[in-house]
Amino acid sequence: MGLKTLTYIVVGLSFALYIGIAFWSKARTTGDFYVAGKHVHPVANGMATAADWMSAASFISMAGLIAFLGYDSSVYLMGWTGGYVLLALLLAPYLRRFGKFTVPDFIGERYYSDAARVVAVICLIVISFTYVAGQMRGVGIVFSRFLSVDISVGLAVGMGVVFLYAVLGGMKGITYTQVAQYCVLIFAYTVPAAFISLQVTGVALPQAAFGSEVLDGGGRLLETLDRIVTDLGFTAFTSGSKSTADIFFITLALMIGTAGLPHVLVRFFTVPRVRDARASAGYALLFIAILYTTAPAVGALARLNLTATIQTGPVFEETANLRYEDRPGWFRTWEETGLLRFQDLNGDGRIQYYNDANPEFAVRAEAEGWRGNELTVDRDIIVLANPEIAQLPNWVIALVAAGGIAAALSTAAGLLLVISAAVSHDLIKSVFARNISERAELRAGRISAAVAVLLAGYLGFNPPGFVAEVVALAFGLAAASLFPAILLGILSLRVNKQGAIAGMLSGLVFTMGYIVYFKGVFVAPFAANTPENWLFGISPEGIGALCLPRFRRSVEGRDAFAKRQDDFMRLLRSRDSGG
Amino acid sequence: MSKLSYWGENLRLALILLAVWFAISFGCGVLLADFLNQFTLGGFKLGFWFAQQGSLYGFLALIFVYVALMNRIDRKHGVRED
Repeated sequence: MGLKTLTYIVVGLSFALYIGIAFWSKARTTGDFYVAGKHVHPVANGMATAADWMSAASFISMAGLIAFLGYDSSVYLMGWTGGYVLLALLLAPYLRRFGKFTVPDFIGERYYSDAARVVAVICLIVISFTYVAGQMRGVGIVFSRFLSVDISVGLAVGMGVVFLYAVLGGMKGITYTQVAQYCVLIFAYTVPAAFISLQVTGVALPQAAFGSEVLDGGGRLLETLDRIVTDLGFTAFTSGSKSTADIFFITLALMIGTAGLPHVLVRFFTVPRVRDARASAGYALLFIAILYTTAPAVGALARLNLTATIQTGPVFEETANLRYEDRPGWFRTWEETGLLRFQDLNGDGRIQYYNDANPEFAVRAEAEGWRGNELTVDRDIIVLANPEIAQLPNWVIALVAAGGIAAALSTAAGLLLVISAAVSHDLIKSVFARNISERAELRAGRISAAVAVLLAGYLGFNPPGFVAEVVALAFGLAAASLFPAILLGILSLRVNKQGAIAGMLSGLVFTMGYIVYFKGVFVAPFAANTPENWLFGISPEGIGALCLPRFRRSVEGRDAFAKRQDDFMRLLRSRDSGG
Repeated sequence: MSKLSYWGENLRLALILLAVWFAISFGCGVLLADFLNQFTLGGFKLGFWFAQQGSLYGFLALIFVYVALMNRIDRKHGVRED
């Protein structure tokens, strides 16, 4: 059976599974629709959170980022996991104790203000739509690469599937499909990684393998890799080119952004008890860490494989560069997709792959007759080509396709659901039509989910020009608006609604303004080591936190506002569990 | 220990664990990474290992320690959720 047929079958089966789950877990009440009836087991919630969290970018692009950035990529590894400690210790248990349905619910009740609630809804919608646009694009790209269909066809199919289980099943449907999607994606990620580790080092566990000796006697893997890449003018894999301050602030901003993303926060509303919220944050990080600790190994192994395939002997020895005619099969496959590109600049029929942006090395290379780097590598290839490089059977390749689609769909669905809940619950039910019936609210939820899917699809068809960056933008916005409003709402008795509203709005406006202002710079938001950039690293969360003016309550204990607020805080910090 | 309220104990535990959180990630993985890189652990430079592997294991351990200790604090204060 051909690879394409097999891929169709595997992806089709995974879709059948998701749709089956959708029918099985149809939402019957608003509680089902918003928070899966609060019946989700902490382990299942951990898996669902992990799938919700790990997007197409984590699955497809991260190992490639690590392969080419080395130590500098630690900002993503630490930033996207460290936020879970903040979530578990500072937010999740209190959100669950509060016990209602949504994040704006929490903000509206804590600050006893519909205005604060509406501002939170605006922040949530801006954050989620920026994020979801990137995901829908990801769905289309995976489809077009593996099934060689048009991006828009892939997008339409993906939308159809999400439409079915998000509109029908609400949070309940999403939760259980995410559990299935996690299983698909983690299997698809770890199996090729383990085989490659085994082939290169004889150790099957990737986390240990990339510190081990390589089998052909070249010494420790990381030392070998450092030597090979520095010989070609690149920065050593284990040391970075960013400044310490840069790394520090970017990591911090990503951690805080992670802890402020509404589609992650809402997952902690779905478990039965407060203690389950704490535990499920732990399980979520466990399931995420399985992929995140594997990724650096995949990155290092792939970088070594790629470099050693092309540079087969000592640098500048004429026969040490791979002849283009002798390139391996996977090289040819990925050349066809345009992810690998060779251009014989010096016309010697051999591939010279080196860092021509390193001036010192470029001069030496010039003297040896090299006329510039001849190989362009798209970083996404690292994960996508892995099974082929490891010579794994076709069904594993098909599974990687299903895994990439699962990663994109699960994140998109989670985001779409928080958007629809914010509209039907926080705008319609809580502000504009308070006496709407349960059935009508559920219908409103379904309709807004459907509209959100269509809008997201539109954004996928007509991406706002800078897909990679919009995800980073979502983090900045979350860090600057929702995170401080929730955290200070829990920790401080003194923050009031004026402070919260001013803080959220200024965080949102400042971050967006910053991005518009530095549009050119923002393309690689955390790449260049300039003061502007590390100002960005700190400012999203910095400005948000600082802007919450700590007004003392001027009406202490005197009116209903303060009374309500005191009761609320007592509930939050008490031993009693919420509803 | 018993002097502290439920919320106080909650907060103290979170602060202690957050100090550790900061030390393993921002401390060992970032600020001290260059210094730690002179040592090796199982084939990894230590600073690099903390940044790409160690801090993640540390985060995991922290959350599960928090879960266990909070359950104990819950029991001590008679929190019933079942």
